[in-house]
Amino acid sequence: MPFFILRRCLQAVNVLVVMSLLVFAGVYAIGSPLDLLVDPQATTEDLARAAAALGLDQPVWVQYGRFLSRALGGDLGDSFIHGSPAIGLILARLPATLELAVVAMLIAVGLGIPLGLWAGLHPDTVGGRTIMAGSIVGFSLPTFWVGLMLIMVFSVQLGWLPAGGRGPTTELFGLPLSVLSVEGWRHLILPATNLALFKLALIIRLTRSGTREALQQDYVRFARAKGLSTGRVVGVHVLKNILIPVVTVVGMEFGSLVAFSVVTESIFAWPGMGKLLLDSITQLDRPVVLAYLLLIVLLYIVINLVVDLVYALLDPRVGRGGSGR
Amino acid sequence: MSAADQAAVMRDHPLRRWIRAYADSRLALAGLGLLVLIVAAAIAAPWLAPQNPYDLMQLDMLDGRLPPGSVSGDGELRYLLGTDAQGRDMLSAILYGLRISVVVGVAATLLALLVGMTLGLVAGYFGGRFDALLMRVVDIQLAFPSILTAMILLALFGQGIDKIIIALVASQWAYYARTTRSVAMVEADKAYIEAARLLGLSTLRIVFRHLLPNCLPPLMVVAALQVAAAIALEATLSFLGLGLPVTEPSLGLLIANGFQYLYSGRYWISLFPGLALLLTLLALNLVADQLRDVLNPRLRKS
Repeated sequence: MPFFILRRCLQAVNVLVVMSLLVFAGVYAIGSPLDLLVDPQATTEDLARAAAALGLDQPVWVQYGRFLSRALGGDLGDSFIHGSPAIGLILARLPATLELAVVAMLIAVGLGIPLGLWAGLHPDTVGGRTIMAGSIVGFSLPTFWVGLMLIMVFSVQLGWLPAGGRGPTTELFGLPLSVLSVEGWRHLILPATNLALFKLALIIRLTRSGTREALQQDYVRFARAKGLSTGRVVGVHVLKNILIPVVTVVGMEFGSLVAFSVVTESIFAWPGMGKLLLDSITQLDRPVVLAYLLLIVLLYIVINLVVDLVYALLDPRVGRGGSGR
Repeated sequence: MSAADQAAVMRDHPLRRWIRAYADSRLALAGLGLLVLIVAAAIAAPWLAPQNPYDLMQLDMLDGRLPPGSVSGDGELRYLLGTDAQGRDMLSAILYGLRISVVVGVAATLLALLVGMTLGLVAGYFGGRFDALLMRVVDIQLAFPSILTAMILLALFGQGIDKIIIALVASQWAYYARTTRSVAMVEADKAYIEAARLLGLSTLRIVFRHLLPNCLPPLMVVAALQVAAAIALEATLSFLGLGLPVTEPSLGLLIANGFQYLYSGRYWISLFPGLALLLTLLALNLVADQLRDVLNPRLRKS
């Protein structure tokens, strides 16, 4: 087990280095930020001086080396637009995005597992079919359009909920949070629902097909033959085995939830880092884009690591013996 | 072989079996019908649409933002789905937008399929270092959400129909590569490939004539799902202002145009293009869903 953890951590560092290289090449090496930063009337000498000041006259690998050593110290460059460190800008908006993503995931899991289980246990009933049809519609609904429709119905037509913004937040251990106040929830519930919908559909289908497969397995038949109650068969034997794929997906999808919050945040004017990314892309603010990407990659790697470890706990076959998976 | 035997063989032809299995679900048939209608509407948009929404001569600013069912100022045209701020008939705009969305989605899917399938076949058949390297790249690519890959590429390239297709291909090829490779690996060990090798057939012939057709069924499922994903992704990117330029208004861009009017209750500018998008994605997902059940023997109903 310790070897398994160690090997996974080494892999994670590897991926991070490769990704930093790719992201650097993608964002920095293509096109020159000089054209954006320097006055178009600048002379050749001005340009050379600016390039030297920014380190852009060095060979690419030297630039990358500098970038990497500064990145290890937590410095990912200053924003072209705001003039302050890019990483600080992003970290300031991280809590808002994470809160949105966590609440969305809780909605998706909290509704998805029971609904999927029910649909898997009763596949040919009206309820089971309705749940499945609902999940297909949920899959097909374009997230951004659902966001608009939620605003149209709940904010414009009914006037129940605010159409955008985060509203007042309550501090907890220095983190500004919305979930602690009623007003915060009123601002949070529409964007969180919007973000959760696609994942909800996914978890329903995953749980349902997992349940259906598990029901045909020998261990379930055996457990039934032994005379265990349905509740125990489903609650212990079926649920435990479908939890493995569900945990994987919840873990992997959390990263994509953070990424897709770009869309939801821009519709609901939620002050998270997705909105910052979108603004930075349209303003060609490269350091911020770069810092955002690296942060997302790091988030992904950490999530994958945690998922693998949870996996090893849930499924004793993983990580036992040197070969692992 | 007698005629009766031949008929029996024909009855058991896999294609027939699949068609029969597909027709099992009325919902899936409805999805297929809807899909055919939508594609037909997209192709025939210039002939179906009451006006050419991008011919400025046909637009009248005085007809701007009319609710659904209004009659145009000159009394000649009834705007069934209302008009946008420029007095454009929404029904016509949606038909033209559908056309762009479908073309972009299908073109991106076919290209991604071609790239991913070729790489996956080579990796699965030959294995070795190329396989190891490719799978590393695929793992990294799939760990990264498709919307981010596409957003970054569009941020670098700028807007345009060719650029969004490249961005969609770049964010989707890995799905095909992985699926093809895993199927190709299983198939490559089977007796018919061994037999083809013993017959002395060229590698190219074995891979494309013998291996490829047997890898197709799972790829069809992935492709059907990915067309929907590509169309949805393009719409999202265009909505965010990163995808198609205003000169090529896909459904996503139409929805974006209506966003600002939503707050004043002029719902139709965003609602109807969204419904068209929803129906398209729904039809594709219904078809893909049933294809998966039909082509996946593990779940075949007893």
